[in-house]
Amino acid sequence: MKEFLLIYRREAVAGSLQQMSPEQLQNMMKPWQDWMGSLAAQNKLVDKGFRLEGDGNVVKPDSIVTNGPYVETKEAVGGYSIIKAKDLKEAGELAKGCPILKVGGSVEVRAIIAMD
Amino acid sequence: MEGLIPHLFRTEYRKIVSVLGKKFGFDQIEIAEDIASETFLTAAETWGLRGLPANPTAWLYNVAKNKAINYLEHHQVFDGKVAPALKREKDVAPEIDIDLSPQNINDSQLQMMFTICHPSIPIEAQIGLSLRILCGFGIDEIADAFLVDKDTINKRLFRAKQKLREENVKIVLPAAIELDERLQAVLRTIYLLFNEGYYSVSRNKTLRKDACFEAIRLCFMLVENQSTNKPDVNALLSLMCFHASRFDARLNEKGEQVLYEEQDTTRWDTDLIRKGEYFLNCSASGTRLSKYHVEAAIAYWHTNREDTPEKWESILNLYNQLLIIEYSPVAALNRTYAVSKVRGKQAAIDEAKKLELSDNHFYLTLLGELYSNLDNNEAIKYFEKALDLAKTDSDKNTIRKKLAKLK
Repeated sequence: MKEFLLIYRREAVAGSLQQMSPEQLQNMMKPWQDWMGSLAAQNKLVDKGFRLEGDGNVVKPDSIVTNGPYVETKEAVGGYSIIKAKDLKEAGELAKGCPILKVGGSVEVRAIIAMD
Repeated sequence: MEGLIPHLFRTEYRKIVSVLGKKFGFDQIEIAEDIASETFLTAAETWGLRGLPANPTAWLYNVAKNKAINYLEHHQVFDGKVAPALKREKDVAPEIDIDLSPQNINDSQLQMMFTICHPSIPIEAQIGLSLRILCGFGIDEIADAFLVDKDTINKRLFRAKQKLREENVKIVLPAAIELDERLQAVLRTIYLLFNEGYYSVSRNKTLRKDACFEAIRLCFMLVENQSTNKPDVNALLSLMCFHASRFDARLNEKGEQVLYEEQDTTRWDTDLIRKGEYFLNCSASGTRLSKYHVEAAIAYWHTNREDTPEKWESILNLYNQLLIIEYSPVAALNRTYAVSKVRGKQAAIDEAKKLELSDNHFYLTLLGELYSNLDNNEAIKYFEKALDLAKTDSDKNTIRKKLAKLK
């Protein structure tokens, strides 16, 4: 088994989480919980990871700081998780159930290299 | 008197051992155990000849105290270790005191709990030592509960005590900074002690029930103590109360398991259910959601057998959370069952097939159940595979009954 980082991307919608009602938030979270629960039931979830807020800064050489992480691409990273799988192919199969795909987002699957 | 001494042994032995162990230090724990055992031998002899004393417990404490003082006076332990310590403290002629007050008994037992549940010894040894020193189980009873022979238990306990001595583990509450971490180890042992009683294949029902209620008692001691009264301790206590409420209903006269759906709900212990609810409420503080919280919430939903969409939605969601906190095959199977209740059998079969548990007879039984009335040939195939792999008569009987319904 190897570990893979799943990077969730979708079109940037800054601050949208804060504007949701508790009910909307619940409805948005439910498919995620089901999917993560399903991965965990297969013992394939290593770390559920975190969601990221829409706002952020990008720091570049010479102290250049720009607002927003998504200046160069229109898709922003919305969160990440770590899963385990036999190989990249299986990791990709597991990622196909990710709810972000249903709202026009994408999942980047990257093998993690152990640091020792 | 016949039943009185075993009863007192169960309730008082652990108190005497904890107080004496605390006094002598863990390196002398065996002496503390010997003195406690001798006290009961003396009681059996004396009470047999002269009849029961007015207050048997006080009598036991008195005899234990005298034996302990005799021992200390005649051995270097006192001169070498205790006496200099006492002199430093008071600078007067030392007088040996064995404090068997309720407060010191309670403190000593609590401290002993942390000593025994020390991460340096394996979990089976922690459970064994807990049953012996914290619960007053006999070696033969522990052997019966674990379904192994007495020799194995004796060796296991001996090695564990040796290890604790080597590690120089003290009988004290851990410092505040490491309390949380050490408390986790204590909770894990209590939880496994409870499960040992609840799920053991031993046919000795009384013994199994005793183990469960001892686990509850130990957890309650933690709740009663201010520094250990944490949200997850309450959650564990709640969880055990909910489960224990079904103890009598889930075993038939022969000690065989009665499935949840077939239990006589009038035999569920409503008092324990109320207690479970109370401690579940107490657990709802702090920011950390432990697996005990999630399991207690699941157990809460099971105290009402009526099926509602809300119930199964909640249970499914809780199993998702539980698995995200910590994977276990049992939780994965229970989640799959919840999926069948929320999204139907076919969805559950799809989820089940991802699980890679095909050498687990509970998994095969679940698939058999999901296929029942959907595709009975498949169902029979899975039940028969499960029957091949099942180990206990109780599990085999359960599967045979399900098969009989299909054929």
